[in-house]
Amino acid sequence: MELSSATHLVNSIALRVDNLGRTVSGKILLENISFSVPPRETLAIVGPSGSGKSTLLRLLNRLDEPTTGTVFLDGVDYRELPPRELRRRIGMVTQRPYLFPGTVADNLQFGPRQREQTLSDTAIERLLGSVGLPDYALRDVANLSGGEAQRVSFARTLANEPEILLLDEPTSALDESSKHGIESLIQTIMGKKSDLVPGSDEVQHQPLSCVLVTHDMAQASRLAQYAIALAAGHIVKSGRIEEVFRVEDPVS
Amino acid sequence: MLKTLFHDPLRLGLAQAGAAAMAALIVVFLARRRGIHLEKELGIALVRGLIQIVAVGSVLLLLLRAPNWTSIFLLTAMIVAAGATSAGRAKGMPGAFVVSTWAIACGAGSIIALMTLLGVIDTPITTLVPVGSMLIANAMNTNGLALNRLRSDVIAHVGEIETALALGADGKSAVASYVQGSFEASLIPAIDSLRSLGIVWIPGLMAGMLLSGARPLYAAIYQFVVLAMIFASSGLTSLVSTLLIRARVFSSADQLMLRPGAPA
Repeated sequence: MELSSATHLVNSIALRVDNLGRTVSGKILLENISFSVPPRETLAIVGPSGSGKSTLLRLLNRLDEPTTGTVFLDGVDYRELPPRELRRRIGMVTQRPYLFPGTVADNLQFGPRQREQTLSDTAIERLLGSVGLPDYALRDVANLSGGEAQRVSFARTLANEPEILLLDEPTSALDESSKHGIESLIQTIMGKKSDLVPGSDEVQHQPLSCVLVTHDMAQASRLAQYAIALAAGHIVKSGRIEEVFRVEDPVS
Repeated sequence: MLKTLFHDPLRLGLAQAGAAAMAALIVVFLARRRGIHLEKELGIALVRGLIQIVAVGSVLLLLLRAPNWTSIFLLTAMIVAAGATSAGRAKGMPGAFVVSTWAIACGAGSIIALMTLLGVIDTPITTLVPVGSMLIANAMNTNGLALNRLRSDVIAHVGEIETALALGADGKSAVASYVQGSFEASLIPAIDSLRSLGIVWIPGLMAGMLLSGARPLYAAIYQFVVLAMIFASSGLTSLVSTLLIRARVFSSADQLMLRPGAPA
């Protein structure tokens, strides 16, 4: 596997969201959303349920169409990119893993196969190593635990060598210990921690940036450097995470 | 029993229709006890079906004297009506009526045209319209089954489909397995009719031919001919409709447009 081009290492912005909005049959779901994510950093989107967090995330890889505004990936308006190429470069991991029936390796091959590429066995082992599942390649996904399945989902997304990683409540369907493991994995993937997972050095070199949707403020503080707080489809606060959370209700 | 009570054929017919409808109403009652509510849909369908078929029976009287070329208009009208009926099975599917009508026109229409040209279907209006209508009706059923199945499969698997899209798949490959499944499921009735032909059921056409004095062997072979044509036209219809609807389930940017909460 070749690592992605390093062009955006010199850019100070990996993803820029400009005046994004979405209105569905007259109802405003999101309005006037602007922020940017620096390379190698994680931005958390926080807010109460129904505030538009997931709706916003779905606009970032264009699973839904924005009604206003746009997103710039590496300085390029994302509507100028073919959607399939865009979604390879902006990977997504959702709350539930939605693994495809078959083996773990089949799942990892899914993304590359869409572009008529095949991962080598070494590449698969390296990816699985980086998510803490060495020797899992030939396992049937039907027999995985919730935490393992979510790790496979991460590896499957990473197999596409994305530049941006969108995480939609990636731990909220998991028990406490799996949740801790996945948080640790996210820190490793983002290069904020390198001592836990064998083989993780391969992944750190990817100049990944991350957008994390979570309702868990503590998780946001652990994983993100920047945050935006949404309420009723609008940004109510944004900035470095400690600034956003400073005046936040300490109970939540 | 009814025959001893009613001697006039029309009254006998109505009494027989009443008895058959009663059986259907018993099913509605049983379904209702299990919490499945069919009464509204089936009630309307029964009354509507009876009125329609009686009207057609009356029209047939006139048709026997109509010139053969009018078949084309009758069959076209039937195709459009079939498209509208099966589109009702796919509510929330974008463009269901247009897709269904095109699919039935391609599937049933082309087989009717081809078989008439080959001389498998006779050209007199009294043959062409009834045989054609059988093909159209079966194509309609298959189309309805295919769209209904595809719709529910897509809605039940939005997570998997959008995961595939998010991994860089196009809409076509994201729903490939559901399209395949709908196509296969929609053809089960047509395949089973062929498999059980003569063993489980002696179809109406053959019965009619026998009653009107055709040689049994020819009636039997012709029944097979009709079922094979039904299979061909149903298969083609289902193929066309699933492919056409697949393109409409996604936007040009490979966004899934059919979501849970779409009108049922």
